[in-house]
Amino acid sequence: MSPPLLRVNNLEVVYHHTVQVLKGLSLSVPEGAIVALLGSNGAGKTTTLKAISGLLPLEDGEIVDGDVEFRGASIAGKLPHRIARDGLFQVMEGRRIFEHLTVEENLEVASYARTDGSDLGDSLRKVFHYFPRLRERRRQLGGYLSGGEQQMLAIGRALVAGPSLLLLDEPSLGLSPLLCQEIFRIIEAINKDEKVSILLVEQNARMALAISRHAYILENGKVVLDGPSERLREDRDVQEFYLGSRAGGRGSYRDVKHYKRRKRWLS
Amino acid sequence: MSEGLVHLLQLLVSGVVTGGIYALVAMGFVVVYKATHVINFATGEFMMLGAFFAWTAMSALSAPFAVALVAALLASALLGMATERLVLRPLLGQRTISVIMVTIGLAAIFKGLAQIVWSGDYRSYPAIFPRAPIALGPLLLPSRQFYPFLIALAAIALVGLGFRFTRTGTAMRATADDQMAAFGMGIDIRRVFSLSWSLAAMTAAVAGVVVGIIGGISPQLGAIGLRTFPVVILGGLDSIGGALLGGVVIGVLENLAGGYVDPLLDGASLKEVVPFVVLVLTLMVRPYGLFGTREVERL
Repeated sequence: MSPPLLRVNNLEVVYHHTVQVLKGLSLSVPEGAIVALLGSNGAGKTTTLKAISGLLPLEDGEIVDGDVEFRGASIAGKLPHRIARDGLFQVMEGRRIFEHLTVEENLEVASYARTDGSDLGDSLRKVFHYFPRLRERRRQLGGYLSGGEQQMLAIGRALVAGPSLLLLDEPSLGLSPLLCQEIFRIIEAINKDEKVSILLVEQNARMALAISRHAYILENGKVVLDGPSERLREDRDVQEFYLGSRAGGRGSYRDVKHYKRRKRWLS
Repeated sequence: MSEGLVHLLQLLVSGVVTGGIYALVAMGFVVVYKATHVINFATGEFMMLGAFFAWTAMSALSAPFAVALVAALLASALLGMATERLVLRPLLGQRTISVIMVTIGLAAIFKGLAQIVWSGDYRSYPAIFPRAPIALGPLLLPSRQFYPFLIALAAIALVGLGFRFTRTGTAMRATADDQMAAFGMGIDIRRVFSLSWSLAAMTAAVAGVVVGIIGGISPQLGAIGLRTFPVVILGGLDSIGGALLGGVVIGVLENLAGGYVDPLLDGASLKEVVPFVVLVLTLMVRPYGLFGTREVERL
């Protein structure tokens, strides 16, 4: 079996030299897969992505132990622009569109992550194929786009960068259910058609488990449960805590009291 | 045309000329601020050094003006890059106020070095342009104001267009918008910082040469840097268009005050104070300037 595209080994991350956010996290992303990273707020999902993409030091965070391997070579401590040029690209939470740049300029900037010298026009056509709306708005400033269009642009930039591994941080955040489905459909298409492996961080566990092959559940900076997404979808605790449903139909009011019972995987 | 009207036009035209030069100096502030959020109080000293570089090339090496200008640009680019690498980069992540204090220190050091190398004497460039004044209708513009003004305009246009239409310019604007996102897009933001400092030093060098042609060169030439600060505040610290408009507004106001009010003041000068009155008013009414980004920190 070939080694995974990305392997995170026993990662420990500390912010401001004092706050430990990741406490020995391990995960891997096989070539060609969509892997989901689930967990509640503050579990360490975004920190994990930033540790992988090298952006951690910009927020005074530091990898104090463990390693990140991309295509078998360690990239921990490498500068973010080098990691991006290696073919590992992050779509950050909150989209981070360059507001004073036009849609087209936003896309052009992402071409800095390309090293193959391919034509920008080709990548723009690809982006506009997935997101026809962006073509109509190509001369508009990024700051004037709607939330959904900004998310399209953020993913469009990733398409221009043409990475082999894409880190997606909360692509459904703040989108209408319809738009959310659309975005997930395109994420699947990018994975299949562009052969991009994806590590997906999501609050919308139902969607994430539907399109991913494997999933990790994070709590307090550690992986507490992982397995094929298919199996996690059936797991009783995952259903209760992340999918908001219970086997046996609607829970009665009495069950609410037990909501805070300890999760099995913590005992 | 009545004499009064000609007087007014004359004041407006010299106001625009002064304003163009202010705008060029202001761009030196803006380029560095946009990329690194540092207010470079040594901008005036970068001007002064640029002016001396060109002067040395012309008088000591008897180079023609164009060659001397290019040499001054190259030397200034290196100086800007070295300043960023040796002084500013180690301070990355420090509080803004410390970094600003360091630029004030740099200004003092540059001024001292210039005094050692070139002495405190006043110098002037050998004659560069035809002496005949330029006639604009009924107005006469001294040639040593007209040609430098053209140089200033050309430099402003070049920097502005470069920012707008080149790939590197786009990368610099992206970095100004969101450093972390730009870094993640594969842009080496350290290169952008270094490029911004050398671009700012080059802009300042052109401004220094222009001011030097008009008024002579000495280690005190940098004083105009501080005088331009109100322009930057009025236009907005991070806006090139703002620098241009702010420059012209203050240049014109200054000349009108000098032409109409100062003769009544018996030796005192409103002209000298006008920029700073504008500065105070701007900070009270619109602290981020005419075109600045709202989030821009107040000073």
